[in-house]
Amino acid sequence: MRARALAGFAAAGIGLSAVPFFGPPAFYESFLYLVFHWIVLAVSWNILSGYSGYFSFGHGAFFGAGMYTTATLATKAGVPFLWTLPAAALVAAVFGIALGAVVFRLPRLRGELFALLTLAVTFVLATIVLNTPIDGGPGLYLSAVPLPAIGPSPSSAFYLLGLALALTTLWTAREIQRSRFGTGLFAIHDDEDVAEVLGVPTYRYKLAAFGLSCGLAGIAGGIQAMFISYVTVGETFSIAVPLNVVLMSVLGGSRHWFGPAVGAATVTALLYAFTAGDYAVAGRAAVGLILILVILFLPEGIFGELIGALKRRRVSVTPAIGTADLPAPNAARPGKSEGQPLLEARGLSKAFRGVQALAGVDLEVRRGEILGLVGPNGSGKSTLINVVSGHFRPDSGRILFEGCDLAALEAHRIARTGIARTYQIPRPFAHLSVLENVAVPAMFGRDAQARADAEREARRWLAFTGLAAKAMSLPGELNLHQRKFLELARALASRPNLLLLDEVFSGLTHAEIDDAIRLIREIRARGATIVFVEHVIRAVLELTDRIVVLSYGRVIAAGDPRAVMREPDVVTAYLGKPRV
Amino acid sequence: MALPSLTLLGQSLLSGLFIGALYGLLGLGLSLSWGMLRQINLAHFALAFLGAYLTYQLAGAGINPLATLAVIVPCFFALGALMHWLLARFSVSALVTFGLTAIIEALIQWIWTADFRRMESGYSDVKFRVGALYVALPELLTLAMALALSLAVWAWLRHTYTGKAMRAIAEDAPIAAAFGVDVHGLSLLLSGLCAAFAGVAGLSLALSYTLAPGQIYAWLGVVFAAVMLGGLGNPLGPLVAGIVIGVSEALTMAFTAPAWAPLVSFSLLIVVLLARPGRI
Repeated sequence: MRARALAGFAAAGIGLSAVPFFGPPAFYESFLYLVFHWIVLAVSWNILSGYSGYFSFGHGAFFGAGMYTTATLATKAGVPFLWTLPAAALVAAVFGIALGAVVFRLPRLRGELFALLTLAVTFVLATIVLNTPIDGGPGLYLSAVPLPAIGPSPSSAFYLLGLALALTTLWTAREIQRSRFGTGLFAIHDDEDVAEVLGVPTYRYKLAAFGLSCGLAGIAGGIQAMFISYVTVGETFSIAVPLNVVLMSVLGGSRHWFGPAVGAATVTALLYAFTAGDYAVAGRAAVGLILILVILFLPEGIFGELIGALKRRRVSVTPAIGTADLPAPNAARPGKSEGQPLLEARGLSKAFRGVQALAGVDLEVRRGEILGLVGPNGSGKSTLINVVSGHFRPDSGRILFEGCDLAALEAHRIARTGIARTYQIPRPFAHLSVLENVAVPAMFGRDAQARADAEREARRWLAFTGLAAKAMSLPGELNLHQRKFLELARALASRPNLLLLDEVFSGLTHAEIDDAIRLIREIRARGATIVFVEHVIRAVLELTDRIVVLSYGRVIAAGDPRAVMREPDVVTAYLGKPRV
Repeated sequence: MALPSLTLLGQSLLSGLFIGALYGLLGLGLSLSWGMLRQINLAHFALAFLGAYLTYQLAGAGINPLATLAVIVPCFFALGALMHWLLARFSVSALVTFGLTAIIEALIQWIWTADFRRMESGYSDVKFRVGALYVALPELLTLAMALALSLAVWAWLRHTYTGKAMRAIAEDAPIAAAFGVDVHGLSLLLSGLCAAFAGVAGLSLALSYTLAPGQIYAWLGVVFAAVMLGGLGNPLGPLVAGIVIGVSEALTMAFTAPAWAPLVSFSLLIVVLLARPGRI
């Protein structure tokens, strides 16, 4: 597959780079250069914004940073043009990474806020460039900078540079999409918190994607500076760049590496056709109208819809995979004595503003047991799961898991130590197929499997949970019962040592609960250690070896399920004090 | 760095106040539709410019600019409601409203060309002298309209039943609907109002500024900064924040070069986003 694609890229590269040697009018070469230019900008934008869903309106800033780097180095420092391009990439990438290092730490800065922030950064950068000696107002002329003789003519030099960069960018975007990195970015797009808990290093991935995206835009800026040979702040940092780039990607389809290229070529050609026919204004209106129609009726973009239609035609046949060869989810590590607790929490506290959700919880989970975590609503059960899985950091206390303290670890590192969890309200990745949903933890969990292995693993767990027939569906097509089981399959696919189940039974019918109980028994029979939060007391009594009762963030009882449920403190916590 | 004279300082404070009022007027509709209907309407700016050009056209026909409001406000109200009615069928992203912006911009350029247009009216040259300072009538009108509209919306949301229902929709539309609030009708009403406010802001633009279609985007950043600083959906927020931004810009211009002014608003916006993203 990859060899074929590489051959395709090479053929396209060789074929297209032969064009200037047939001596076409310079005008065609310039037009095609512009197409390549917009392909680079749109595809590079898509690496962060399309894949991970962080819509940036600041692509113009990084493009501009590259433009001014080349312009400054070439005119003021006398650096040869080609040597300024790596510098342009570096400046833009460092700028992007520095911005990302601050912004990506703030979990609420997503969606529109991220878009606005990046737009504001563009204007700030523009103001600084305009008022400092970098530009100072009049703009920079590059007409005296010598252009290396790459092609037969100056216009073919730009054509070849643009072509090389466009192919590089497309190849980068393609490789990312098919790699672990890309899968992580798509998971971030759908639900960043869940991705992190399943083991995706979200912060690092976003930063890397941003850096790459900015660096490529920087090179495009460097070449463009030379192409237009007169760089001004007004033109460089105008809102046209981010708007066009967003428009092209959305138009082509932002969930596929090739989508933005289709959009870029379409929009560039369309605008050119209208301009050439003296209808430039109508062209812009047409682009606006097309954007609206595409968003409303082709939400996946032109290319995305096309790919989707092709995929639907090729209905994949699910290979029959039995559950016989299932690996133990928790293959216990040798060398640890059985009596030792697997997980030990000491003095765990967590407060949300005034609410003390956990007030010094001490508890231990023994190897191989099923521990029930019960307590009235608001007693801190879910918070405990969220703290152990790393979604929240505890205010104080320690969580020892196989000897290492989890309290200071990031959620994705906790996932890699072998802890998996489910969510009470299922949180599948909405745009990934059921199979891909389950493959994500296999790729990012303890074993960090390659994609093909991860998918094989995922199919096994789908068979185990009875979802094999739904492997190619989107999670939206599943009912609640199936979505709950998807959560379970996703947690199991990372082969955890410890499985945290948050109310798997809530909302299920009696028959479905029986199903689920059978499944959990089977998971346990393979030797898993399970902690589960539950309100369905029947399931608690049937399944657990021990229970721990929480009330107001404290452990008020622990021990044999039936005995504990009869303790007066527990009865009081659930039903209140009898009036005597 | 030479310190500016007191008169210059006073004059720049005053101009900051007035331009801030325009930021507030432009931001009012944006903030309400964002805060209450969760719709980021980029087309708001294009509508304001459409209003400005219509005012220019009608004033050219000899109509008093203020009287044009009698035509523009109801038309824009209907236009805003219609747009909402059409788009409410889809879950509309800000990108759709960007598409609308591009269409309206092209429409403006097609009718009035890309040339600069300046409205001639009896108001533009009227100035009052207060001590050593000058106050231009169009700017005073802008401040008065911004104050009046912001206060009226504030009172409406606070003291009437429809206003309270509107706030309930902003909190949680499905729950409001469950308690008998006509979510669809009120959303139409609010969208209409927001568009009408864009029309009023257009009058202000036409009174004080030279118009060109490309200028639509020039206001985007500053007004967004005012809206977000002021708190989404808060009817007094854009005006107060707009004046804060306008005055700080004016001071920046007085003490340094005018070209540094954008730094103030966008840095403020960035600081707000970084420091208090939860508020938005």
